[in-house]
Amino acid sequence: MSRVQIAFQDNDESRYIVAAIKQDNATAVVHYEPAMIRVENEGSLIIKRDTVSEQIGMEWDVQALHINLITLTGHIDEDDDYFKIMWNN
Amino acid sequence: MTIRALRDDYHGEFKDSLEKFGGLQLLYLGWDKHQMFCSSRAFPLPPEMRFQELLDNVMPEAFGQHPEFTQINWNKAQWILDNSAFQPDHSKTLTEMGIGHKSLLRLVTPELTGYKGAGI
Amino acid sequence: MSPKKLNLKDKYKLLTRDLDWEFSYEDRKEAFPYEEFEGIKITDWDKWEDPFRLTMESYWKYQAEKEKKLYAIYDAFAQNNGQTNVTDARYVNALKLFLTGVSPGEHAAHLGFAFTGRQMGGIGARVAAQMQSIDELRHIQTQIHAMSHYNKFFDGFDEFNHMHDRLWYLSVPKSFFEDARTAGPFEFMIAIGFSFEYVLTNLLFVPFMSGAAYNGDMATVTFGFSAQSDEARHMTLGLEIIKFLLEQHEDNLPIVQKWLDKWLWRGYRLLTLVAMMMDYMLPQKVMSWQEAWELYFEDAAGALFKDLERYGIKMPDYTDTIKQEKEHLSHQAWWIFYQYTHAAAFHTWTPSAEEMDWLSEKYPDTFDKYYRPRWELAAEMEAKGERFYTTGLPQLCQTCQIPMAFTEMSDPTQVSYRESIYNDERFHFCSDPCKSIFDNEPEKYVNAWLPVHQILQGNCGGGGLDKVMEYYHLDDGVANLDFEGSPDAERWKDWKGVA
Repeated sequence: MSRVQIAFQDNDESRYIVAAIKQDNATAVVHYEPAMIRVENEGSLIIKRDTVSEQIGMEWDVQALHINLITLTGHIDEDDDYFKIMWNN
Repeated sequence: MTIRALRDDYHGEFKDSLEKFGGLQLLYLGWDKHQMFCSSRAFPLPPEMRFQELLDNVMPEAFGQHPEFTQINWNKAQWILDNSAFQPDHSKTLTEMGIGHKSLLRLVTPELTGYKGAGI
Repeated sequence: MSPKKLNLKDKYKLLTRDLDWEFSYEDRKEAFPYEEFEGIKITDWDKWEDPFRLTMESYWKYQAEKEKKLYAIYDAFAQNNGQTNVTDARYVNALKLFLTGVSPGEHAAHLGFAFTGRQMGGIGARVAAQMQSIDELRHIQTQIHAMSHYNKFFDGFDEFNHMHDRLWYLSVPKSFFEDARTAGPFEFMIAIGFSFEYVLTNLLFVPFMSGAAYNGDMATVTFGFSAQSDEARHMTLGLEIIKFLLEQHEDNLPIVQKWLDKWLWRGYRLLTLVAMMMDYMLPQKVMSWQEAWELYFEDAAGALFKDLERYGIKMPDYTDTIKQEKEHLSHQAWWIFYQYTHAAAFHTWTPSAEEMDWLSEKYPDTFDKYYRPRWELAAEMEAKGERFYTTGLPQLCQTCQIPMAFTEMSDPTQVSYRESIYNDERFHFCSDPCKSIFDNEPEKYVNAWLPVHQILQGNCGGGGLDKVMEYYHLDDGVANLDFEGSPDAERWKDWKGVA
């Protein structure tokens, strides 16, 4: 199966998004690189609004990830409560 | 097809056709295995230039910077014209020898292997 | 009872797709006149899936926030004389290459997506292309702003737009985008949206941005990260367009495959400039071009092509050639610029002994055998006071427009020569793929404005190098020639208090 990945700028907002990803994606691997946090997972990866909101301590809008997003791979499925990336193979 | 275009009768403008060079024609000159010169070079020359004049006047400008240039034996030099082996007649003109506009003429000197023998 | 809130998917649909309408008294074909001539068949635009669901007010809200953060950093960079913190003034030449070569391409992409956005019949695709067009305009603007601070202290930046239209090496990126923009809307989307912005994007951005990070260039790093979040949207658009076309009709497969073959090659040749930048222009190296190609293409594209296999898409044949060329590309490219830097708007230099050792280590099979001797020759000539600037003008490939300095992989000391005769005129190419791109559409590529030929026709200021330099707006002894002895180098020594 192919891996999906998503990368964020390394700052105080992203750390909570990454913490939420780790909570909701048991097999996700986090890489800390210069100025960037890159997360990989087999097949798919989900970011849940509720989990991030809980981690960050306030209501978080899924689309706010655009501010800190650097890049990603995979197809996207997006709604009010989640943001998911996946491969179909 | 010659192009995927909106009109069937579309034709491009030939930007480098012969008549655009003021009576001269383009000749590309290269020296195989002498990569000090990163590529062959383009020279605008009169079609009635004789091969000997090419050797006397143009070759030094093209390749004179190379340390092996003065060692070239022009009588033994081999030539490739437009990807075929070529035997120039030093007294004939470019046109008479079939060297046309945008032809590629390559000098081959097997005994000269370039700077440090590395083809440079 | 509280009013029901629209969810993201419904809101997006209502505010974008549902604003479209069926024409009741105009012919749809007249409204979208370019949809059919490429042979692409669309059966149902409704099958288009919106990759990101950003309505206009979300778009502006988040883009504005990104801009505020970005420009605050530009201000801090300028106020703190950030330009003095780069590892070495040589590094700044990579930025000159970027501003003159890449930034105008962003503008071309902006125009291209605006055009394509108008011409596609499907509302979802039109909205996505429109947003990408605005993003690309943002990119050229933010790049110009990032570089504007360097322009106050280094030569070679101030005439970037004038030079892009004229200089011999800048016709390479310019013609790349012109090829895409003069194609139909679907080819443009595959060429730029997919091949460039998805498959190859990491090979352009990561080297420049990592290069910036490793060499103390805060302004460019920040621009890079800020742009990359836009790029994530572009990547998904690229992926959606290829998926959509392949799912619409089986007749689209051979057309899309041919475009993929063409544009991966054209994009790869364009990346020659990046290869040279990575291996020769960064005082603090990030990784070699070879390593970057292995990471961002051989590994990453593997997953992608596996996904596309189900549609019948194949990896192009020449990827084996590219694999072999990865050990040669950067060296051949820097050698071109080294010897032609008298006519370039950035400086070049011979690599130091340490840098050559790094190159030996990264390229164990090729550097010492084929390329180290060139630098030894250059150093010898420099020592004699005859720094090597070649006379004459290079032969250019008709398709990629790069000087024909690439060699046969079966014999890397032999320049690759290919030719075609069309309408009794001879055309030359650096490689089989460039030749086949020409052979497929010769009426397109005969139009090429090849800088060397234009100079020789007298169209670039007239005869003589001095006239051409005037035409280029290139003052001799300022932005051109070797780094050593340049005004940039002298200023740098002043700032650093060294002799």
